[in-house]
Amino acid sequence: MMENFDAVVVGAGPAGCAAALTMARAGLNILVLERGQYVGAKNMWGGAFFGPVMSELFPDFWKEAPVERYINRHVISFMTKEDCLSVDFKSPRGDYDSAPGFIMLRAKFDRWMGGKVEEAGAIIATGLEATDFIFEGNQIRGVKVGDEEFLANVVVLADGANSLLAAKARLRGDFKAKDLKQGVKEVIRLPREVIEDRFGISGSEGVVMEFVGACTRGLPGGGFIYTNQESLSVGVVVQLSALLEKQVKVSDLIDEFKDHTSVRPLLRNGETVEYSAHLIPVSGVKMMPRLYADGILVAGDAAAMVLGTGLILEGANFAMAAGAAAGETVIRASEKKDFTASILGHYELLLKDRFVLKDLQTFRNAPHFLENPRIYNAYPELACSVMRSIFHSDGKPRSNTFNILGKAMKGKVGLWQMITDAMKARKAL
Amino acid sequence: MKVEEKLALNKFNIDREVHIRVDEGKCRGCDLKPCIYACPAECYVLWADGHVTFSYEGCLECGSCRFSCDKDAIDWVNPRGGFGVCYQYG
Repeated sequence: MMENFDAVVVGAGPAGCAAALTMARAGLNILVLERGQYVGAKNMWGGAFFGPVMSELFPDFWKEAPVERYINRHVISFMTKEDCLSVDFKSPRGDYDSAPGFIMLRAKFDRWMGGKVEEAGAIIATGLEATDFIFEGNQIRGVKVGDEEFLANVVVLADGANSLLAAKARLRGDFKAKDLKQGVKEVIRLPREVIEDRFGISGSEGVVMEFVGACTRGLPGGGFIYTNQESLSVGVVVQLSALLEKQVKVSDLIDEFKDHTSVRPLLRNGETVEYSAHLIPVSGVKMMPRLYADGILVAGDAAAMVLGTGLILEGANFAMAAGAAAGETVIRASEKKDFTASILGHYELLLKDRFVLKDLQTFRNAPHFLENPRIYNAYPELACSVMRSIFHSDGKPRSNTFNILGKAMKGKVGLWQMITDAMKARKAL
Repeated sequence: MKVEEKLALNKFNIDREVHIRVDEGKCRGCDLKPCIYACPAECYVLWADGHVTFSYEGCLECGSCRFSCDKDAIDWVNPRGGFGVCYQYG
């Protein structure tokens, strides 16, 4: 007789691994299907991970996980074609207790996490892509990999933003270009000492830099630099629909960003070793699918569990929290021997009770707010032109700062508009 | 640095089987060719005579192209399990 797993998990990313780990630790019989040649083969991100979910799942993880650096410096910059105005926040200690986040590379990190999942007793089968479900009436009873069938009481779907299975499970229609951001990244190798000197860090300290403005030619999105141990992760993220409408290629944007006067010196003599791309579902609760049905739960990017407020960027953390909640739900369903939607609905209650759905609800207006083109155009221009005027000395009597601001705003943005935007920001963020 | 040079740095396990198929008939009737701007790997190339060719080998599997085409000309699936891009850093 064919083996019947307690659960089949599709995708060995943060959501899938957290789910598999939770269930395997409770003694359930778990199969994880990963389409990549190895765990992590298909996965990329900007580079940082925040929050306590990691240490709940893997106590003391920072002692053994392949953490590149601990974030102790955060730089946010407004950028015009030539200028750059930054807020630079540095907090001195770069160890776990005080660090707000970790910089990691996914190929290494996911592989480590996969190892932990296997240690807990789950089977991870790589190089296998689940392409369809096995249905028994409306109840999902497993997945198909080509002609092969894998039976399970529950399927935990964690196959990422491009989940084709989510539609086949009738949980959602396809995402829209407006609700997606496209991220591209280059990993640029540099000697460790050079990175530490250039970014003003030492030991395990790390820097996250985020840029808004000319790096996306004013389109919704931004640029980023993360310091790894011996490389930099450098990239841009842009709303996909804006690229299509304005006929802009992200491959041109990343080159312009790397060549910006404020970025180029940071990358000097670096050697690009990888170029990667990924889609990010960014519209939050508005694009979120049904999270469960008979015999299935969906978690992570596949369920659009991403929060971007400009300052906060959460994806993997939500994915892991949701994966763990999915795992707990399956454990409960296994005790009751009932895998219908009525029992699996517990998953949504758990998410509502925890920060994932709470945060997404709190910031539900952020995605719309962040579509405001002035954030990427008028305001970076304004901020930089004010600074330019303040620091400019041409031998003539100076204006006071307020007059400089007034002059700089002319033609760019009205006072009323600015007040309205500030009020909207207060509400959305 | 050209995109093709960047792609040459990546590790791929290229399948003989094509995973994305573009219907040239439907493609011909499209003026805007948004696929050109969707693909970060520049797998879609617009030629001087206005036709688009597609090569799957450098595909980063991001899925952007399938959200770009309103002519329904792109038949998108992942490469078979184990094939396609194999990120070393990610």
